Amino acid sequence: MNETPGADSFAELKRRQQVTDPHSEVVHFPASEGLPLDSGAVLAPFSVAYQTYGTLNADKSNLVLVCHALTGDQHVANPHPVTGKPGWWETMVGPGKPIDTDRYFVLCPNVIGGCMGSTGPSSLNPVTGRPYGPDFPVITLRDMVRAQARLLDHLGVEQALSVIGGSMGGMQVLEWAATYKDRVFSAIPIACAARHSSQNIAFHEVGRQAVMADPDWCGGHYLEEGKNPRKGLAVARMAAHITYLSDRALHTKFGRNLQDREQVTFGFDADFQVESYLRHQGMSFVDRFDANSYLYITRAMDYFDLAADHGGVLANAFAGTKTRFCLISFTSDWLFPTEESREIVHALNAVAANVSFVEIESNKGHDAFLLHEPELFDTVRGFLSAAARRRGLDGANAGS
Amino acid sequence: MTMDASVNPPALRSADTARVDLLLIAEMIAPESRVLDIGCGDGTLLRILSEKHGVDGRGIELSQAGVNQCVARGLSVIQGDADTDLAYYPDMAFDYAILSRTIQATRNPRHVLEQLLRIGKRVVVSFPNFGHWRVRAQLMFGGHMPQTDTLPETWYNTPNIHLCTIKDFLALCEDMGAKVERVVALNANGTKLVSMPLSAQNLFGEQAVFLLSR
Repeated sequence: MNETPGADSFAELKRRQQVTDPHSEVVHFPASEGLPLDSGAVLAPFSVAYQTYGTLNADKSNLVLVCHALTGDQHVANPHPVTGKPGWWETMVGPGKPIDTDRYFVLCPNVIGGCMGSTGPSSLNPVTGRPYGPDFPVITLRDMVRAQARLLDHLGVEQALSVIGGSMGGMQVLEWAATYKDRVFSAIPIACAARHSSQNIAFHEVGRQAVMADPDWCGGHYLEEGKNPRKGLAVARMAAHITYLSDRALHTKFGRNLQDREQVTFGFDADFQVESYLRHQGMSFVDRFDANSYLYITRAMDYFDLAADHGGVLANAFAGTKTRFCLISFTSDWLFPTEESREIVHALNAVAANVSFVEIESNKGHDAFLLHEPELFDTVRGFLSAAARRRGLDGANAGS
Repeated sequence: MTMDASVNPPALRSADTARVDLLLIAEMIAPESRVLDIGCGDGTLLRILSEKHGVDGRGIELSQAGVNQCVARGLSVIQGDADTDLAYYPDMAFDYAILSRTIQATRNPRHVLEQLLRIGKRVVVSFPNFGHWRVRAQLMFGGHMPQTDTLPETWYNTPNIHLCTIKDFLALCEDMGAKVERVVALNANGTKLVSMPLSAQNLFGEQAVFLLSR
């Protein structure tokens, strides 16, 4: 590396360290146990980094698999090793919380294609001995789920009590329920859809183009060049972040308020608070995320279309399912609007699946699933308790 | 005892209020069966069925607040409308489809009943009987739209748009070729009216529960 690490890139060094030496559990699958991908390629060897909370019971029936969203990782309920900030779902997961770690064994893997210890584009390519970069094979959500299934095999868990996640995590939940019907006792897809809409693909493309337009991207070989397309990735994050909020939430938070000044400057500084907020979001994201991972994971989401994978009929994806479903959406989510959840509900009804569906009144937009929404917590707690009771877990009556 | 109307917002209904028609419906349901309760309100019936009869129960409820409350209590419920959403279910998906005190609030009761007979092997329908003597008396002698314990709303704010009598409902079943396996009329005290001719049940029954099949 020919760049001297300054204060700016200290966090970057910490992040890069996570790729090979994550601050979490990690399981390495040798080359002989490679992961076949939807693209036809085989990822071998590969690693899956993961966090766990709580204790797996004797008959291994209390595992709750948490699937993280696009920019999330395995650090659900502990301080983040790079940023030091609280885990992304600390409100939901923990002792006495809706996903109660006194009762359930919570497992959250980092997705493949990620940058926190699971094999991704910044991992070393065993063929060249250099980071994969753009030579990393294109992955799909099903590939991510396939890797998670291998992790469950590794832990000796046949069936998860529940698979839960929001946004991309929710899409993985659907993929789990469709691909591994017998391994999912209950499923909680939150703020998601059975396919990525063209509008969502469009937003992702803006983000990817921003990354690739940054000269520091170096055709995807920035790690070898000792560079990092920070500006491009920050712009991508800024655009995406707008889609995670609602107009109402932005207005309530910022309005047209100016940042540290009385008047506009007639220039392109961050005059408005909302501008400096977005710049901050963009720059702090760069500290903990990898640009190529962003490209690969957004691509995986774009390719997601559960109906297309099942003859064009979404209900076919769930035929014969015994899984108990609980779908959750938020009224102000325009990235994954309620209608998309309702389509999934109708498909589940068409196969007479056991399904609950809750739409939660919120003005916080798509991000509501990460925030303090009491109705969300009540729903998850109640549904999960009922599932645990159905599965005959001890002490399952508590909390219901 | 006081009867509440099925279409009241569920929040207004105490979770522990034992509605006598619900207990009667529960009696008609075979244990361990698969049940869809349409218009399940706060889930009282679903809870009785799953706790006491080991039934695999699902619900549909119009009010989102009611749904969220049900799901938080561990019941399988979705937000939906009987008039439109039953079409998504496959034929004979359930052992029983239940419509308790809801049919009179649907836009197209005949269509709803057809859907119920398609998706349930058996169908249970309960409704307030508009042929009850008190209803008749209020209209005949008072000259105003009746208000009773089972029909508490005033004419201008009632959700009930397709009220019928026991005789009317029997005629509809006959017209549709639905087999009436059981009819139970309940008087204002919630007591079953047994060994009474139909016209007497239609006069003294404040509500009725039908068990139907194709």
